[in-house]
Amino acid sequence: MDNLNSTQNSLVSVHNLTFSRGKKKIFNDISLEFERGKITAIMGPSGTGKTTLLKIIGGQLFPAHGSVTVNGRNVHHLKHDELYALRKRMGMLFQSGALLTDMNVFNNVAFPLREHTQLPESMIRSLVLMKLEAVGLRGARDLMPNELSGGMARRVALARAIALDPMMIMYDEPFTGQDPISMGALVLLIKSLNTTLGLTSIIVSHDVQETAAIADYIYVLSEGKVVGQGTPQEIQKSESEWVQQFMTGAADGPVHFHYPAKEYMDDLLHSEKPLFSRQRPPSDRNAKRRRYS
Amino acid sequence: MMEFFRFLGAGTRASFAKLGRATFFLVDMLSGISSVVIRPRLLLKQLYSVGVLSFLIITISGLFVGMVLGLQGFYILSRFGAEETLGVMVAASLVRELGPVVAALLFAGRAGSALTAEIGLMKATEQLSGMEMMAIDPIKRIISPRFLAGVLSMPLLAALFSAVGIIGGQIVGSGLLGVDDGAYWSQMQANLDFQGDIINGVIKSVVFGFVTSWIALFEGYDAIPTAEGVSRATTRTVVNSAFSILGLDFILTALMFGDN
Ligand SMILES: Nc1ncnc2c1ncn2[C@@H]1O[C@H](COP(=O)(O)OP(=O)(O)O)[C@@H](O)[C@H]1O
Ligand SMILES: [Mg+2]
Repeated sequence: MDNLNSTQNSLVSVHNLTFSRGKKKIFNDISLEFERGKITAIMGPSGTGKTTLLKIIGGQLFPAHGSVTVNGRNVHHLKHDELYALRKRMGMLFQSGALLTDMNVFNNVAFPLREHTQLPESMIRSLVLMKLEAVGLRGARDLMPNELSGGMARRVALARAIALDPMMIMYDEPFTGQDPISMGALVLLIKSLNTTLGLTSIIVSHDVQETAAIADYIYVLSEGKVVGQGTPQEIQKSESEWVQQFMTGAADGPVHFHYPAKEYMDDLLHSEKPLFSRQRPPSDRNAKRRRYS
Repeated sequence: MMEFFRFLGAGTRASFAKLGRATFFLVDMLSGISSVVIRPRLLLKQLYSVGVLSFLIITISGLFVGMVLGLQGFYILSRFGAEETLGVMVAASLVRELGPVVAALLFAGRAGSALTAEIGLMKATEQLSGMEMMAIDPIKRIISPRFLAGVLSMPLLAALFSAVGIIGGQIVGSGLLGVDDGAYWSQMQANLDFQGDIINGVIKSVVFGFVTSWIALFEGYDAIPTAEGVSRATTRTVVNSAFSILGLDFILTALMFGDN
């Protein structure tokens, strides 16, 4: 509300967002704007909450404070049906691809079309083949997901995400696991989808070069804060130590390689865990280490 | 000492929280059934994998249980010179108790564990999440058809179990031990009560199917999305289903047959 000007060009606005996982504050009062028709990148080390941010925008997670509006609607105030109607227009590409493992590539791409439309089978076939052609996998239509490499699975998932011709796509780490050739093709594909279909794209990534090459605007996140923002040129010239460290990939700097922990010597010398304390679930125990790429 | 109470308290709280989640899950699952009715093909596919694929284990187990009942029943009844009532004994045990209970236990092991593992893995590989983002409700699309299939197959599987068991009892009783074949069947027909025995048995198996499918699907949906989490959830499905089936069987039996 307070920021009407930017809200008008923005398809997605995040205002004063705070989100915690247990005691850990993933986001601390951050605000971001994603302009219509542009490619906006969110960069930051692993474990900063990039995936979490996409899930909040998609309405799968609820923020503690702050609001997220997509196309003028507050995502977290929508009723179930309204949220689902909005999601039909929001494509999301998961890090893992999230393909349905009990159907082949063709049926995976056809899945949203069959669920949401009454199109005849011949039409669905042409649409699916068009989408698969766009990601270079028309020949792979009869393979099952377990027969695909990680990079191929992600491209099938991209074909599926654009099947319903959404107004925006959120890409979660689209470049990870792609070989140099498909990486180049993918960068072009994202760019051309953006221009030809007029999509608004949000790319989450820690691949600095590829992302900087296509993004119109970049946010750099670290430790729950936006530590830098601007066009790729501005970011590259940024004086912020955080941004510089991230863009150059230095191991030493304000961002630490280690997941927060107590003093190393303390940890080695003292055993943990009082009797009867409950174990934390394994997903938590193997908390991701920060990595730079 | 305080640690111990804190541990107990945390455990209790976690159990109640889980029960709460399970209840919400049940409500969502039941309200999703209306959309299954519109798309019977989803149901048919699940009836096949939940129901039809359990046929073999149910048939073989039913046959052996019936044969054992035939043997044991014959030895006891023949002491009182009442071996021609063997058919009643075998059929009543099966229809009232063993059919619904043993078939449900086998169902939990065969189909329930598979459902938990399937749903848990779909969660771990973000397939459920992915569906939500495609605006497809995974409860309606994935969970409800499986639930309905479980509830519908259970009475049929229990009936199959009892039917095969009765034949097993007849093979042993009149085939091996010399009970009169006609007496086996006619005594059974004359003394089994449709309302008291058969309907009550069917009610039991519907309840067991409901509870087992609910537990199996919820454990999968609520699993920690890792390999270890899914494996533990699968174990919990089998254990909790067994407890629920046996506990509910006692309660239902007390309610149904308590006054005679
Ligand atoms: N289901 C979860 N439960 C608890 N903590 C989680 C869960 N998912 C992610 N986290 C934590 O949230 C933080 C952000 O995770 P994520 O959004 O996946 O990071 P990124 O995508 O930037 O690598 C991490 O520190 C991670 O440990
Ligand atoms: Mg991530």
